Amino acid sequence: MSALLEITGLTKQFPGVLANDNISLTVKAGEVVALLGENGAGKSTLVKAVFGLIKPDKGEIKISGNTMHYGDTAGVIAAGVGMVHQHFQLVPVMSVTENIVLGDEPRKAFFINRKAARAQVIALSERYGLQVDPDAIIEDLPVGMQQRVEILKALRKDVKLLILDEPTAVLTPQEIDELLIVIRTLAKSGVGIVLITHKLHEVMAVADRVLVLRGGKAIGFTSPAQSDEAGLAQMMVGRSVVLRVDKTPAKPGKPALEVVGLQVLDDRKLLSVKGVDLVVHHGEILGVAGVEGNGQRELVEAICGMRHRIAGQVHVDGAETKDLHPHAIHAGGISHIPEDREKHGLVSSYSIADNLVLNQFDVEPFAKGWVRNISHVNTNADDVVAKFDIRTPSAQNLASSLSGGNKQKVVVARELSEDLKVLVAAQPTRGVDVGSIEFIHNQLIAARDRGTAVLLVSAELDEILSLSDRVAVMSGGKIVAIVDSKDADRNYIGRLMAGLKE
Amino acid sequence: MKRHLTKRNLFILLIAIATGYFYSKDGSITTSVVSTATSFALPLALAAMVGIMCERTGIVNIGIEGTLLTSAFVAFFVSSMTHNILIGLTASVAIGSLLGLLLAVMSVSWKMDQIIAGTIINILATGLTSFLYVQGRTIPATFPEYDIPKLMDIPFFGQVLFMHGPLFYFGLFVILSLYVALFKTTWGLRSRAVGEHPSSADTAGVSVLRLRYINVTIAGAIGGLTGSFLSLELVGSFERGFTAGKGFTALALMIFGRWNPLGALAAAMFFGMTQAYANQLMIDQVVQIPTQFITILPYILTIIVLAISAGKVRAPAAEGQPYEKENA
Repeated sequence: MSALLEITGLTKQFPGVLANDNISLTVKAGEVVALLGENGAGKSTLVKAVFGLIKPDKGEIKISGNTMHYGDTAGVIAAGVGMVHQHFQLVPVMSVTENIVLGDEPRKAFFINRKAARAQVIALSERYGLQVDPDAIIEDLPVGMQQRVEILKALRKDVKLLILDEPTAVLTPQEIDELLIVIRTLAKSGVGIVLITHKLHEVMAVADRVLVLRGGKAIGFTSPAQSDEAGLAQMMVGRSVVLRVDKTPAKPGKPALEVVGLQVLDDRKLLSVKGVDLVVHHGEILGVAGVEGNGQRELVEAICGMRHRIAGQVHVDGAETKDLHPHAIHAGGISHIPEDREKHGLVSSYSIADNLVLNQFDVEPFAKGWVRNISHVNTNADDVVAKFDIRTPSAQNLASSLSGGNKQKVVVARELSEDLKVLVAAQPTRGVDVGSIEFIHNQLIAARDRGTAVLLVSAELDEILSLSDRVAVMSGGKIVAIVDSKDADRNYIGRLMAGLKE
Repeated sequence: MKRHLTKRNLFILLIAIATGYFYSKDGSITTSVVSTATSFALPLALAAMVGIMCERTGIVNIGIEGTLLTSAFVAFFVSSMTHNILIGLTASVAIGSLLGLLLAVMSVSWKMDQIIAGTIINILATGLTSFLYVQGRTIPATFPEYDIPKLMDIPFFGQVLFMHGPLFYFGLFVILSLYVALFKTTWGLRSRAVGEHPSSADTAGVSVLRLRYINVTIAGAIGGLTGSFLSLELVGSFERGFTAGKGFTALALMIFGRWNPLGALAAAMFFGMTQAYANQLMIDQVVQIPTQFITILPYILTIIVLAISAGKVRAPAAEGQPYEKENA
């Protein structure tokens, strides 16, 4: 039986990064192949190349024996490939039906046949047991439901090969289980499946074969039968993995950050933080675990002055920080590593040197009155670049020229440059390479040991468990439990994250 | 039902009621005022279609003014030289399409800042038309009024809608067709997807770049038609700065009409009405204030109405952003 998908020698160079280095992969019908690798290992690049969305520098892609070319996404779809993208490819203002039929609409002459389109969506939804409301507008739906639409969209053309790019990132454990069942069912019916993930237990649960990628290179094939989670992790990271970061026990001092009865609205004006109480002491790390979209982002933004608080208070060392703008909150003693560094962490078109003083550009020694002291800004930048090992030819280069890991180092370096009372770190290692992750983790621990209170929010449970001294679990906009990290049990926390009572 | 009860629709209703009241007082004057308003409104609405077609696919077009000016110029001078207004019309639609194509090249292929791309077209248009302008030329005739039999006998609406020139009818047809095309056809669904979230369209196999090229070029052709309408049917002459900011007014109407062809038509009608009533006020000399104040009345009203409605409208999300495949 010929292979559904055959990739030979695929190479793609991005500025500064070799995203895919001579990668080959075949997928047969009815087989689930997991692409396992850390963020930035080149998994997404590989499948985007399959879809004709990225132009490879070298290599060949064949689908059912036919060579595919860059830009021919329609041809790839026609050949029976469906894809569930990591970032949903849905038009927010359009309906579920419109999104699913887009690109191949049932028609009457030039007109869309809405009745037929709606019927198709209902039939599709029944066939795969994935319930959706065909008339709902995408932006009104919760993310889990949006993903369902995304999967249905991919399944619509009798797909032979289904690619799922990190489909579980935004789902609860229960939704993940359901998805894994759907994947197995599809494979049984003869669909070839490529599952991209960096979550080991999903691979163990569902894959027939595993291709491990690291730094753009194919490390090798294995299978759940031949390996275990520890073995997979070692292949993925390239060394035996230390699950716990080296750290001494915390010496918590006085309360530094106190959050009392905080209520916050999300972008859709719905209550998403529903009365949160938290205390973080000097010299400890409090980790907030939770499935994304349970109010963590809004909580962080409200603490840091980026979102209006509709009720409750935030105190730093006993003094209330009013509902102020971020610069004033920073002056009050809170520094912030934002979740989205591109949007909130950096000004891409400014130099690295300027980005390093974004939070204190207007105070001594970087400015006198209205006049900036550029030479101080530059000497500071040279020091920090050396100390934090930021890989750049010069601190005068634009921030946009840096890789993701180095961008994040700039943000971390800036926020840790003065010893503030509180550090709020949101997803501090998202999309960052292994070396930088370790470095950032050590910096967080070091800040803690200097007496800073650290509030760590992360979607990676492992990160929370290895760094935190105490773990708070957030679900449905509330803190449902706070446990000492010594007593934190993965399964127990997982169930709490899913909103289950113990 | 609640959906339709917006502030804007109430506004339109109010004007309709006011007009109805005036009509009951003095039928013939009101009819002629509304008829004048309609002739003012249609070219503006048509120019707004240029903006809608571009922005719905994600391209900002502030070069509408330049497109109108150039095509009105070409329409007039080609007609004058060939003594044939049909050739003038054809030439103006061609030059409009070319300008659309130019905008597409600059903003889609070269990924230029679209405000600058549009400004280039405007500057080019002002410079070229002023430089090539020759005084004292005339055209053989304007497009003649064609009264549609039977329909023209309908009281009020007959004179308002069915006693115009051929380009008026064609323009109205273009506006209505664009509405249907945008919301009922596959082309429309795809165009709107490209303007809202281009990577969704791309991953569904819709070519973002191709659709943007096609739509911006067709929009240019509509701009050409509008230019002809102005110089060959409505006015019958051409001078420097002939379009007097109509292209920019059209952009405001596009926003007021929420990027919806019928909305823009209603907005243009509102603007035309204020202008026609202002004219009537001057003729009747009911108020003793300098005429300049009355002439600016429609513009002031437009600013007020825009300011009231602008906060709540939502532009196509991908507007103004060149599409980069590799970031998809």
